[in-house]
Parts: sequence; C-alpha cells; structure tokens
Amino acid sequence: MIEVRNLRKSFGSHQVLEGVSFQVAKGESVVIIGSSGGGKSVILKHLIGLLNPDSGEVVVEGQSLTGLNERQLIKVRRKFGVLFQSAALFDSMTVEENISFLLVREGKNSPQEIQEKVREVLEMVELSGTEAKKPAELSGGMRKRVGLARAIIYQPEIVLYDEPTTGLDPIVSDSIDQLMLRVCRRLKCTSIVVTHDMRSARRVAERILMLHQGKIYASATPDEIFSSQDPVIHRFVNGISDVKETQFLI
Amino acid sequence: MNTLATRWLADWIEGLGNLFLLTLEVFRSIFSQKVAWGDVIRQAYFIGIKSQSVVLITGAFTGMVLCAQTYFQFHKVMMDTATLAVVSVSMCSELGPVLTALMVAGRVGAAIAAELGTMKVTEQIDALRTLATHPVDYLAVPRVLAGVCVMPILTLQSIAIGIAAAYLLAVHYLGIDRTYVLANMQHYTERIDVYMGLIKAVVFGAILSIIGCYKGMSCGQGAEGVGKATTEAVVYASITILISNFFLTLTLNKVFDVG
Repeated sequence: MIEVRNLRKSFGSHQVLEGVSFQVAKGESVVIIGSSGGGKSVILKHLIGLLNPDSGEVVVEGQSLTGLNERQLIKVRRKFGVLFQSAALFDSMTVEENISFLLVREGKNSPQEIQEKVREVLEMVELSGTEAKKPAELSGGMRKRVGLARAIIYQPEIVLYDEPTTGLDPIVSDSIDQLMLRVCRRLKCTSIVVTHDMRSARRVAERILMLHQGKIYASATPDEIFSSQDPVIHRFVNGISDVKETQFLI
Repeated sequence: MNTLATRWLADWIEGLGNLFLLTLEVFRSIFSQKVAWGDVIRQAYFIGIKSQSVVLITGAFTGMVLCAQTYFQFHKVMMDTATLAVVSVSMCSELGPVLTALMVAGRVGAAIAAELGTMKVTEQIDALRTLATHPVDYLAVPRVLAGVCVMPILTLQSIAIGIAAAYLLAVHYLGIDRTYVLANMQHYTERIDVYMGLIKAVVFGAILSIIGCYKGMSCGQGAEGVGKATTEAVVYASITILISNFFLTLTLNKVFDVG
C-alpha cells in the first residue's frame, strides 16, 4: 500500500536520510523508532508529500508522489489523517471548528450531519462537551486527542502519528496508546507511528522499523526488537547511552 | 566577499522567483477555485475597519502639512488661492494612495506575516495541507482579495479627509478666500487624478497583502523567524510600493495622456 524506495534527504550539508526503503501493507500498524533528530518525522512528512526527497520515491497505492504538484497532492492527502507532534490545532478556531474543518470545506455534509460526526469522534476520544473550547484552553493530552479527532473524522485509509506521546505524562501517554489502538480497530486503517517512546511502540506496533544513521537498520516484530541482542537495537530500546557520548558528564 | 555577494544575489533572485510563483498561484486560485467569500469579508473587516484611525489621521495631517507648506511658498508670489489645487492633485494621485499603502503595509502587512508565520512554525500550515486544503486558497486568496478591494476605499477616505482638513486650515487659519480656493481646486483637479489614485491603490493592496503572505508562509523557524518575516514584510512591501509608484505614475500618465 505504501512503498518507500531509497529515500534520500539532506538539509544544507546535513544528510538526514541516506537511502531509506520499506513497505507498509494495508491495515498494518507500523512504528518507526530511532534517536531524536534522526529523521523519523522527515520520513513521515515525505509519506504525505510535505517534503520533497532529494532522490528516491514514495508510492501510495501504486501512485508515485514524485513530481506531483501541490494540487495533485491534495487528492492523495485525502487518504491520510495526520496527528502532529504539537497537534497543530488552528488556534483561532474552536475544537468543533478544528475537527469539522475538512468536512465544512468539502461541503458534502449538512451542518447537522457534521455536528453529529463531531460529537461521535469527540466521544471516541473521550472529550465530549469540549466543542466550544479554544485550543489554548486545553491541556497537552487533550490537544492531541482533538488533533486525532480532526485526523479521523473523515475516516482516512492511513493515519500517521508524529510522536503522539511526547511531552505527556505516563498516564496520559497510556490513554493515547489505547486511543490509537481503538482507532485502528474501529477504522481498520493503516497506522504509521513515529516515536521514541518504547512502551508506546511495544503496545501499538505490529512491526517496528528502526531508523539508524539515516537508514532502516531493522524491521521486525516488537518481540524480536525488544529481545534483540544487536548492540545498536539493544542499547536504544533499553535506553543505554554510549560510554563515549557520556564522557562529557564526568 | 565575492561568495557572499553571489549567495546574496542568488537568494534574492530565488525569493523574487518564489514571490512571482505565489502571485501566479493566487491569481490561478482566484479564477479556478471556489473563493471563500466569508473569509474575504472577515479579512476586509480586519484590513478596512481596523485601519480607519491610522488612515484618517495620516490623511488629515498629510493634507494639512502639504497645505501649510504650499501656502508658505505660494504666498510669496501671491498665488494663495492655488494652494488647495496643489493639495488636491497631490493627495489624489500621489500622497493619498502612497501614504495609505505605507501605513496599511505597516499595520496589515506585518499582521499577515506574523499570523501566517506563527501558523508556519506551529505546523498549522502543514496541518492545512494534510487536510486537503491548499494554503494559497485558504490563507492567501482571501487576504489578497480583501487587500485589493479595501485599499481603494481607504485611499478615497484618506484623500477626502486630507482635502477637507487642508480646506479647513486654508480657509479658517491661513485666511485664504474660500470661493477662489475651491474654484481653483475644482478647475485643476481632474477625474483622471482620482482614477490614477484608485488604480494605484488596487496595485498597492495586492503588493502589501501578497508580500505579507509570502513572508509569513516562507518564514524561518521559531520566534526569531516570525520576527524576521514580520520586519521583512513591512520593509519589502514599503520599498516595493515606493518603486512601483514611480513606474505606475509614468505608465498611467502615458495611458491617460496627461501632461
């Protein structure tokens, strides 16, 4: 369903992706892990055409995104729902206006139908009654839930999550994990999650891809990844820093 | 030094190219996509109604200072009654549109750049794109249309208040004869002067809103990026308005066959 072929991307002189290739099957739940600043979010942005690769290509349901202009990409993006790291809610709008944004713009549903759909997704993310609130009045966890509600209201085929639990306490992180699993079950959609939260990765992934030094270093089931004796994987999943990297602390 | 100059030139040309592409995309969107008129009206309210005090104060004091300076010079050669004619022609074809545009560029151009820049750094523009919405359709088109529609009205207001304030000063403070001063003003001010001012206002409205949108949508990371975009929007819009005013004056005088 999604195929990434030999993706390369650099920012200035800094090479972030050095030939990333992987596939995600329809309905699969894949988690991409890797160190901070390693290029995980950059991969996610390539999947939806927010960034153009230096070389390589992304193919979504047989259609290559290479060479598509912004208007052609709009049709492809309709298949995706995206939860941003910062939730990226429109701060001038209420929760209801944020969630119903796409449906209102498309104009295919009546105001009553839209209101009903907003009520449904808010119930799903356990935020009923917050329709009139502004994003500034919400906590970090609530913003992520609203962001997720906005991403799934039009029932996309693929949902992308960019660091869904970053900056949240363990309890709220757990509730976001549960929510992602619930969304996956309800919508039967493909999920791609970018995170460095290992607990979250273990819980929501069917398959884990590990990004290391600009390439996919490993692709395996959560059990295989967490029991791996490979030094790079073992150190990362168990949070063990390299001795050379910690010398500055002494 | 050479490398720096080459890089600066390359960046400048790239920026100009991107600005041109944005302008093309805005016009393409206006003619090929559904315009959100509700958003246009909201932006027109922000650009028009909220700029009233700035525009009226600028217009009034510009008219009065021009009237006083003209009177001081004309009085020496006994041409007092031509004072308001000079004010009127200047306000209609040059000072009205240019000063209004500069003031609105300072207020609205900066606000557009800051708003869109903040949206850019908080990923709200990326969110728009993922919600199958072209940022140009949703963000730039309503602002540009509002700028183009509202600027002529603001300019007319500025011209009217400038002439009215100059008239009051000329007649009640400087003691110029009201009948002659009005007759001269009507004699020397032509419709074409007003048309030229309005055409300039439309162009300036497009310039300040497009540059504000461009700077906001292409702003760098963080608060520093937003601050820089805001400053650059005002500076570039002001410079572009002044330069384009010169060429517009030459072109419009040729077109209308004035002088």
